[in-house]
Amino acid sequence: MNFDYDSEQNDLREAVRGLLARAYADSEQRRSVVATDPGFDEKTWSRLAEMGLLGLPFAEDHGGMGAGPVEVAIVAEEIGRVLAPEPFIETVVLAGGLVAAVGTDEQKAEILGGISEGTTIAVFAHAEPGTRWSPAAEAVTATQDGDGWTLTGVKEPVPSGARADVLVVSAVVDGGTGLLVVRGDAQGLTRTSYRTHDGTRAAQVRFEGTPAVALGSGDQTAAIERAQAEARIAYSHEAIGAMDTALRTTAEYLRTRKQFGVTLNKFQALTFRAADMYVSLELARSTALWASMVQDAGGDVVSAADRARLQTSRAGRHIGKEAIQLHGGIGVTAEYSVGHYTSRLTAIDHLLGDGDWAADRLAADVASYPTVDPLGAPYA
Amino acid sequence: MRLQLSPELEAFREEMRTFFTTQVPQEIRDQVASHRELTKEQYVEAMRVLNAAGLAVPHWPVEWGGKDWTPLQHHIWREEMQLAGVPEPLPFNASMIGPVIATFGTQEQKERFLPKTANLDIWWCQGFSEPDAGSDLASLRTTAVRDGDDWVVNGQKTWTTLGQHADWIFCLVRTDPTAEKKQRGISMLVFPMDSPGVTLRPIELLDGTYEVNEVFFEDVRVPAENLIGTENDGWTIAKFLLGNERVGIARIGSTKKMLAQAKEHAREMRSNGRPLIEDPRTAARIAELENELVALELTALRVVANSADGKPHPASSVLKLRGSELQQAATELLVDLAGPLSLASFAGDGSEVPAWARAATPHYLNYRKVSIYGGSNEVQRTIIAGSILGL
Ligand SMILES: Cc1cc2nc3c(=O)[nH]c(=O)nc-3n(C[C@H](O)[C@H](O)[C@H](O)COP(=O)(O)OP(=O)(O)OC[C@H]3O[C@@H](n4cnc5c(N)ncnc54)[C@H](O)[C@@H]3O)c2cc1C
Repeated sequence: MNFDYDSEQNDLREAVRGLLARAYADSEQRRSVVATDPGFDEKTWSRLAEMGLLGLPFAEDHGGMGAGPVEVAIVAEEIGRVLAPEPFIETVVLAGGLVAAVGTDEQKAEILGGISEGTTIAVFAHAEPGTRWSPAAEAVTATQDGDGWTLTGVKEPVPSGARADVLVVSAVVDGGTGLLVVRGDAQGLTRTSYRTHDGTRAAQVRFEGTPAVALGSGDQTAAIERAQAEARIAYSHEAIGAMDTALRTTAEYLRTRKQFGVTLNKFQALTFRAADMYVSLELARSTALWASMVQDAGGDVVSAADRARLQTSRAGRHIGKEAIQLHGGIGVTAEYSVGHYTSRLTAIDHLLGDGDWAADRLAADVASYPTVDPLGAPYA
Repeated sequence: MRLQLSPELEAFREEMRTFFTTQVPQEIRDQVASHRELTKEQYVEAMRVLNAAGLAVPHWPVEWGGKDWTPLQHHIWREEMQLAGVPEPLPFNASMIGPVIATFGTQEQKERFLPKTANLDIWWCQGFSEPDAGSDLASLRTTAVRDGDDWVVNGQKTWTTLGQHADWIFCLVRTDPTAEKKQRGISMLVFPMDSPGVTLRPIELLDGTYEVNEVFFEDVRVPAENLIGTENDGWTIAKFLLGNERVGIARIGSTKKMLAQAKEHAREMRSNGRPLIEDPRTAARIAELENELVALELTALRVVANSADGKPHPASSVLKLRGSELQQAATELLVDLAGPLSLASFAGDGSEVPAWARAATPHYLNYRKVSIYGGSNEVQRTIIAGSILGL
C-alpha cells in the first residue's frame, strides 16, 4: 500500500503543471478563453496532444500511451488546479473510454487515434431532459436501417456538444440502451451551443433521422455505467485540484486582507474554518486516490467511484461555499477567481451524479456486507 | 400566549393578499418568481402602485406616509408581499434613507426628499462600503472638506448596489480626519449621481449580472445643506440605518415561495422512473428546510410580538443569520432538483430544459451574497457572542 506517485508520475505531473501554468498563468487568461467559442483553447488542446496526454489511457496499438488511471488522475487534478476548460475528461475518459471498451479495432484505431493526435474531439451525448444520471437512454431512439442506423430525439445538455467532431450517442434499441457513433457533419443533426455557468459550453443536440454507426451491439448499459464510473473518478480528481487552489487562494487572502487594523488570519473564527476546509480536502483526496487505485487493480470500480463522488461532492460544496464566504464581497465577483472555482465544483457535481445520488446508491447496498474494507474484496 | 391571529389581523392579512395579488402587474410578479432581473421601470411601477395605496412605506412616521401599524402588521405586510412575488419597496429608499431623513433630517430636507423617496421619484443608492472598509466600515477613507458653502468630496465607494439606476447617493464621508476614534469624524452627505466628478464603474458578478458598482468621487461639490444630521456624528446615523437594513432581510416569505416552487418542480422531474418528490431523501430534505423555516418564522413572530416598545429583540441577529442561510439552502435545493439539467444555465428559449432549471445555478451562485452583505454572518455571530452572550 502506497499513495505516493513514482518518479515517472511525478515527472508527468510537473510537465502537465508546467504546460497548463503557461496556458492559464492567471485567471484573466482563462476568462478570455472561455469568453469565446468553443470555450477552450484549441492551441492548448494541441499541446496536450503533443505531450501525449490525450492518448494517455489508450492502447499503444491505437495510437495511445498505454498508461493507467493514476496517470489520468494526475492530468485531471492539474486541469482542476487552474480550471483549464479543455474537454479532457469528456473526450479522453468518457467518449474515448466507451470506444476503447466496445469499439471494433477499426473504430478504435480511427477514433482513439484521432483523439490522441488532437484532431478528433469526441463527446458522449447521453443526458436527456427529464432524466437524472441514469445509464440508460429513454427518449432518443435508434432504428436499424440496412447496414447502418438512424437516430431520432434530443440530447441535452451535452458538454462541448457543438464543437465535437464525433458524438458517441446512447439510444433506445431493441433490448436496452445501445451506443452509436455520429459524425459532426452528419445529415439530420442540429446542434445549438450555449454557455454553462462555469464558462464551458454545452449543447442541445437534435437527431432527425440522423445516420449513425453502431458502437458494439445490443444493450450497453454496463459499459456506460463503467465508463461513467471512470469519468466520475477523474472528475473527483479535477475537483481535488480545484478545491486545492480554492483553499490556497483563501488562505492567502486571509493572510493579506486587513479589516479592523489586522489581517483576517488574526480571527480564529476564520482560521478554524480554513482548517476545516483542509480536513474536507484531504479526506476527499484520499478517497479519490484510492478509487483510482481500485480502478487500476481491476476492483469494483462502480462502487469505488460512488464513494469518491460522495466524498468529493460534500467536500466541493463545503470548500466552494466557504471560499466565497471567507473572501467577503470580492468572492462573488466575476473578476476574481475564487467564485469560478465554486462554479466549476458545482458543475462537476451535477455532471454525472451528485453526492445525494451517490449516497443513495451506496445506501441500497449497506445491508449486504458486515464491515467496509477499502483494502479487501470487492475493491482489491 | 395566543396561537391564532385575531379576526382583525386575519382580515388584514386577507386584504394584503388580495391587494398584492390583484393590483401589482402579474408580469412583474412572474419576473420576481422566476428570479429574472427586473428593469428599472418595473421596480418603479411596482413601488408606485404600492405607494398610491399607502403600502410602500408603512413603517415611516404617519405624516410622511406611514401607517402606525403594529410590528405584527408590518410582518404580515412583508410576508404577503414576498409570497405574492411583489418586488419589495426599494430598500435603499424605504428602509434606509427614508427613515434616516425622517429621524435626523431638517424639516426642509423632509419636505424635499420624503415624498419623492416614497414614490421612487428619486432612486437612492447606498455609498458606505469602500475597498478597505467592508466589515470594518468605520475605517472608511472618502473625505469631505468644507470649502465655502460646499463640501468637496474625494474618494471611492464600492459594492454600490443598483448604482446604475440611482439618481442620488447617500454617502458616509470622513469630515474630521483628526478625530481620535475612527467612529468619530464621519458624516452623511447626500448628492445627485450626475454631479460633476462622480464616475461609476460596473462590477460583473459571478452569475454574469451587473448589480453592483464602484463609484469614484473627484472633487465633487456638495452644497452644505445636503448634510444629514450633525457634522461628525454620522456613525450614529449609520448604526440606526444598518439596524433597519437588517429588518426584513430574513425574507421568510421569499424562501417559502422558493420551497413551494421546489415542490412543484420535484413533481415534474422524474428520477428512476418516478416523480422526484416521491424520493425519500428529496422529500426529507424539503421537510427539514420547511421545518427550519417554521422555526424561523415563529422566532420572527416572537421577535415582532415582543418589540412593541420599539427596542429590537436580542434574538433579531438570529433572523439575519438563519434567514440568509435558509435562502441559500433553498437556492441550492433547486440546483440539486435540476441535477444534470442545471448545466444548461445559459441555454436560449429553444432549450428543452425548463427555464427554472436553467436559472437555478446562476441564482444559487448569486445568492452567496446574502450571507455577506447587510452585516456578514460572521459579524452577526460576533454580535450574538458579544452583545447577547457577553463573550
Ligand atoms: C452583492 C453585494 C451588494 C452590496 N451592496 C452594497 C451597497 O449597496 N452599499 C454598500 O455600501 N455596501 C454594499 N455591499 C458591501 C457589503 O456590506 C460588504 O461586502 C460587507 O460588509 C463585507 O465586507 P467585505 O466584502 O469587505 O468583506 P471583509 O470585511 O473583507 O470580510 C471578509 C471575510 O472576513 C470576515 N470577517 C471580517 N471581519 C471579521 C471579524 N472581525 N471577525 C470574524 N470574521 C470577520 C467576513 O465576515 C468575511 O467572511 C454589498 C456587498 C455585496 C456582496
